[in-house]
Amino acid sequence: MFCEKATELVRELCRASDGQLPAFNEDGIRQVLEEMKALYEQNQIDVNEAKSGHSELITTIKFRHCSLLRNRRCIVAYLYDRLLRLRALRWEYGSVLPNAVRFHMSADEVLWFNQYKKSLATYMRSLGGGDGLDLTQDIKPPKNLYIEVRCLKDYGEFEIDDGTTILLKKNSQHFLPRWKCEQLIRQGVLEHILS
Amino acid sequence: MATQCENPVVLTPAQLICSLEQAWMNEKFAPELLESKSEIVECVMEQLEHMEENLKRAKQGDLKISIHRMEVERIRYVLSSYLRCRLRKIEKYFPHILEKEKIRAEGEPSILSPEEFAFAKEYMANTENHLKNVALKHMPPNLQKVDFLKAVPKPNLDSFVFLRVKEKQENIMVMPEHDEQREYVIDLDENSQHLIRYKTIAPLVASGAVQLI
Repeated sequence: MFCEKATELVRELCRASDGQLPAFNEDGIRQVLEEMKALYEQNQIDVNEAKSGHSELITTIKFRHCSLLRNRRCIVAYLYDRLLRLRALRWEYGSVLPNAVRFHMSADEVLWFNQYKKSLATYMRSLGGGDGLDLTQDIKPPKNLYIEVRCLKDYGEFEIDDGTTILLKKNSQHFLPRWKCEQLIRQGVLEHILS
Repeated sequence: MATQCENPVVLTPAQLICSLEQAWMNEKFAPELLESKSEIVECVMEQLEHMEENLKRAKQGDLKISIHRMEVERIRYVLSSYLRCRLRKIEKYFPHILEKEKIRAEGEPSILSPEEFAFAKEYMANTENHLKNVALKHMPPNLQKVDFLKAVPKPNLDSFVFLRVKEKQENIMVMPEHDEQREYVIDLDENSQHLIRYKTIAPLVASGAVQLI
């Protein structure tokens, strides 16, 4: 059947839960593109036939054309949805993505991601008069100035606002200003202790 | 802590924050991108810087510091959230927003700030480029163009919103919901609350006569 490969691509993304990026299916894309090429060539031949009087071919041509459109739609949806996932990752992890994600990106996606990072950074820097405003901070409404956090891995020294440095060691607990550790929490270095 | 903004209407800081909150709530609940309030954003940014400086100068260990710091944090959250919300809408509806910008008449205010406009253009070019390089240019010649305006969903202006009326409105035309109904007019009393289709009251949101809640 036509379009089966293309729908498979879309289904693959559907199955991956939100916020996850499955490996880029280059092979799948290539196969769909090949199918499209074959359909298109077949159509070209039949169009010429139809012009010379075989009007019964028109329905077949239309059917192939619909398949072509559907294939394109699926591919574009696949690529676009992956971009949206990448975008979400930028907001979650900051500008450096974890290796596991980077491994699943195609070369073109890396390009897109870098460009997106650049646009976003330019925009955030342009806010206000000084050095801009980091919009990826302050995701949740603040309840307390200081929060209790537990260290999940060895991170090293960390400087807080008043100039003192503290050592973030695995399993140590700290009472820190919230605005300083938001990023680290999202990176999985710290964990917010709620109770 | 009181600085005054340089715009013609002089606002006290409290009024400024109030207008930021209103803009934020409207933006959050409206399905489409509203007009950019760059003036408010700039003033609030200035205000924040000013407060931070005051905090640095203040005596250590003063109880007031932590209260003020909390205030700074809260304002910054509202401001970031407002700008984030706009950015998200720009990314979601970029073809439609840029199209609107293109057909905008001279002198009519833009819904995007210059920075947002630059961002939207870059985002569109970047995304278009990506799709073209990966797939579209390998497709048959008659299929290499994708019309973004058709491919990306439009904001749903028919969605329902909650609102509170700030200035009394009369004769608001409401479109029929089904065939047996005819269109009718309603009056919106001050301080009353309603649930209504966004499209019906969109101009009132823009003019500030109603507040989305």
